[in-house]
Amino acid sequence: MELNQLTAHELLDKLKNRQVILKSILDALYARIQAVEPKVKAYARFKPNDDAGLNPQANGFLGGLPITIKDNICTEGLNTECCSKILCNFRPPYDATVINKLKSSGGSIFPLKANMDEFAFGSSTENSCFGPTHNPWNLECVPGGSSGGSAAAVASDEAVWALGSDTGGSIRQPASFCGVVGLKPTYGRVSRFGLIAFASSLDQIGPITKDVEDAAILTRIISGYDPSDSTSVNQCVPDYTDSLGKDIKGVRIGIPGEYFIEGMDAEVKLIIEEAVNKLKSLGAVSGRVSLPHTQYAVPVYYIVATAEASSNLARFDGVQYGYRAKSDNLIEMYKKTRAQGFGEEAKRRIILGTFALSHGYYDAYYLRALKVRTLIKNDFDAVFNDFDCIVAPTSPTPAFRIGEKAADPLQMYLSDIYTISVNLAGIPAISIPCGFTKNGLPVGLQIMAKPFNEEMLFRLAHAFEQNTQWHKIKPRL
Amino acid sequence: MKYQTVIGLEVHLQLKTKTKAFCGCAIDFGQTPNSGVCPVCLGFPGTLPVYNKQALGFAIKLALAFSCQIQEHTKFDRKNYFYPDLPKNYQISQFDLPLSRNGYLDILSGDKIKRIGITRVHLEEDAGKLIHESNSSLVDFNRAGVPLLEIVSEPDLNSPQEAFDYLTNLKNIIEYLDVSDCDMEKGSLRCDANISLRPEGAKELGVKAELKNMNSFKGVKDALTFEVSRQTGLLESGQTMSQETRLWDTDKGVTVSMRNKEGAKDYRYFPDPDLTVFIIEQAMVSLIKSQLPELPQDKMRRFMQDYGLSEYDAKILVSSKKNAQFAEECIRKYPGTDKKNMANWLIGPLASEANCRKIDLHELNVNKDELISLINFVENQSISHLSAKLVLAQMIDSQKPAAVIIRENNMLQISDTAELEEIISGVIRENEKSVNSFKSGKTNALMFLVGQVMKKSAGKANPKMVGELIMRRLTDA
Amino acid sequence: MAIDKKTVEQVAHLARIELQPAELEKLSLQLHDILGFIDKLSVLDTAQVKPASHILPISNVLREDKPHICLTPDKALENAPSKNGNFFSVPKIIE
Ligand SMILES: [Mg+2]
Ligand SMILES: [Zn+2]
Repeated sequence: MELNQLTAHELLDKLKNRQVILKSILDALYARIQAVEPKVKAYARFKPNDDAGLNPQANGFLGGLPITIKDNICTEGLNTECCSKILCNFRPPYDATVINKLKSSGGSIFPLKANMDEFAFGSSTENSCFGPTHNPWNLECVPGGSSGGSAAAVASDEAVWALGSDTGGSIRQPASFCGVVGLKPTYGRVSRFGLIAFASSLDQIGPITKDVEDAAILTRIISGYDPSDSTSVNQCVPDYTDSLGKDIKGVRIGIPGEYFIEGMDAEVKLIIEEAVNKLKSLGAVSGRVSLPHTQYAVPVYYIVATAEASSNLARFDGVQYGYRAKSDNLIEMYKKTRAQGFGEEAKRRIILGTFALSHGYYDAYYLRALKVRTLIKNDFDAVFNDFDCIVAPTSPTPAFRIGEKAADPLQMYLSDIYTISVNLAGIPAISIPCGFTKNGLPVGLQIMAKPFNEEMLFRLAHAFEQNTQWHKIKPRL
Repeated sequence: MKYQTVIGLEVHLQLKTKTKAFCGCAIDFGQTPNSGVCPVCLGFPGTLPVYNKQALGFAIKLALAFSCQIQEHTKFDRKNYFYPDLPKNYQISQFDLPLSRNGYLDILSGDKIKRIGITRVHLEEDAGKLIHESNSSLVDFNRAGVPLLEIVSEPDLNSPQEAFDYLTNLKNIIEYLDVSDCDMEKGSLRCDANISLRPEGAKELGVKAELKNMNSFKGVKDALTFEVSRQTGLLESGQTMSQETRLWDTDKGVTVSMRNKEGAKDYRYFPDPDLTVFIIEQAMVSLIKSQLPELPQDKMRRFMQDYGLSEYDAKILVSSKKNAQFAEECIRKYPGTDKKNMANWLIGPLASEANCRKIDLHELNVNKDELISLINFVENQSISHLSAKLVLAQMIDSQKPAAVIIRENNMLQISDTAELEEIISGVIRENEKSVNSFKSGKTNALMFLVGQVMKKSAGKANPKMVGELIMRRLTDA
Repeated sequence: MAIDKKTVEQVAHLARIELQPAELEKLSLQLHDILGFIDKLSVLDTAQVKPASHILPISNVLREDKPHICLTPDKALENAPSKNGNFFSVPKIIE
């Protein structure tokens, strides 16, 4: 195995035992990037022969180990553009809280940022102003999105591990499509300060890693109360690695009937059922549960998320930073800047969200969506009275082909059908590799738990992982 | 037809906190443009707001001073509109759950107390400043994010004078609370006015105009006065009015319609997902209430009760916090039983000294013990009231004790009967004509004779005694 | 509820996005479909349901009134597309 193929915890052990030096790890990473990045395009603004000038300090817990960061998380002095023309050349004058936390744990910020759907608007990483990322398992397929760059970089061993952001499945779905581990923490668990907002009430930053242990390590580092984020919760962060290696005897897992419906890929269904059997064979107790408002999650999401986005993205107007179109009239400057700076999906969502908030439509759309959001949350509360977690597919299908859904936004929106409810309810969920289709595309298993019970996710996910080999299979590039 | 004027005022008040509403930037005006800013108040992507505790405390204090009901549940909303002085292109404000409602302010209107309703007091943030040049506008964000309160009155004001009185009283109370500089010229207090006219006795409100751009209380009054006559003219000539915003032009003394092609504004208010709700406990409200300083109304009542002052005198003395404090110190020190004497001195000679010097009463550099000794000289008739005023002026200028000034200027009154009789004899001899006309019944001849005595004694004769002595001489004979 | 071209045009103006005629045409149709899908929410009786504007039960998050260090004007203006001295500069405001 090459160094770039190892997990972060394996590399940390080797560094600690002086079996390897940091530079060798970086050399291996850069060699891999030079070799496969032209095919995968996991990174935004990548230039061949660019070693990007990383000069890490080999100290602290992470010993200088690099972390790949999604392009929507602010890194001081390092371009952060949300893969949008409207933020071209934007260099934040500050670091996101997660970046500070990583740095103070001895991590180094990888100078290349991961590709993504513009402003995280998408499920395929096709909506990037830098062009699409390709799925390492099949270059003609999408890596999922919006954190497709982060997931593809980890899956192709172009990154040790990565941070993504998840508003409606943007960590879990690409993790599932790329055969890696992705966690969306409880809303409020990880500070959003420095995460360029898509939908403030749904966004969370989370890890994308090669295995569950890495996810536990990274989640612990980035979690915790942040006085700069009013929505961050002041609750102590457990050492998630304590949840690893525990048995799962008697853990009650709920299987929601609404997640196994028409439109679900037959192979995916089979693989998920096998995964559930595996968990049962390890001692988990399963039962059928109902989340009756599941079918309303996508419509609620596309109102709540776009309404918040329409306001969050109003600041991109060519005044303080980013792209500005030429005009000698202010309103025209605004309109041209935003017409030229935003991509098609961004404009669609901003206009949809503006409509949902506008006079005469607020009650029918936005207010109603918030009410149904309550019903969706209540569904989960009811299930968690009797169950420790909910197990379901991460996505109804494996990775689809590039361009396949690009022309039909509604079909694209429906690909998030299994991940969106989790964001609406604010609960944590993880996606872990649980098998492959006949065509060699990975399938992800999603586990959801009560708010602030990430420990349950790690416990179950780790037990599954330790008794399967899926996470060890690498794409051939 | 006679018309009734209906006015409602909207006051925006900058709170005197050390830092801005949602970030730690120090509020310090008159500095270099864009030097008091940070990523948060510049609306940089990824930044988040956290509200200032002191601002909330100040706001509750102010709302309570106007007897508003503090709402148990309150939240921030976003008011969305594009303008270059608004860094995020939305203003954090309050919409349907304001901090407080249903207060009032009693104003002295003529000689009657009139109660003006306060609809709501809510929290928001200030915008930056624009400087318009010929082809461009320049933006300074130093002011962006300063905490503001919006104080909305009911349309209970019925004349420009009442509006002026409302503002004066409002400012006085706010000064007592010490939560704002309240300086309209510096922009820490701003006022917009809604004004409409309706036929006397009509129930329905007329079409209103919203007046902006006034930069003094007098400006508000003048703009309203102009508007009353403009609207009266329109109504009397049978023209229809349209609801509009009008700008006050101080130099020309007119209001001008601010035509906008925008049509109706649609601010798309929605709850700000970056901020949490506030649940304001009754205990906290009671605590703040118990810590409220004595407000002008209460102070006035106490002055009347404790010191036996008339309502008129008390009202004048409490019309500014610092003057009231100065006056009370003087009154307390004054050993006499009739405290009204001291009040007369404060409202009379002291006030006019302050007036001459163009300073506030409390700024007079006068030693209170010396002031009392001066008053004693008058009360035991050692000097005349007239002389006392001269002494007071010299006391303030030279800081010499009253007794020294009286001695140096040889001002002690002549109250010795023999000495006075001698002067009186001379005057009677020299003014036979006046003596005769007095004897023939013309009583004002007496005043003339007393005046002659005062003149001869260089103002030192005790006028009361002189009058009595002349009277006795002329009627006895 | 249907959405027509005129509404899309008005909303695009509110959002300050210029749309070319072809874009407007396409977007109107897409939004029509999306809103048609979203309209399935209207079958639910939500009269008694509280809106979840915040999913967290946390409240009263406040900050002490303590100053931090501000950016220098240079740093504040570093990303500005157009500046004039220490000011951000924008085209003339023509309402
Ligand atoms: Mg306001
Ligand atoms: Zn600031």
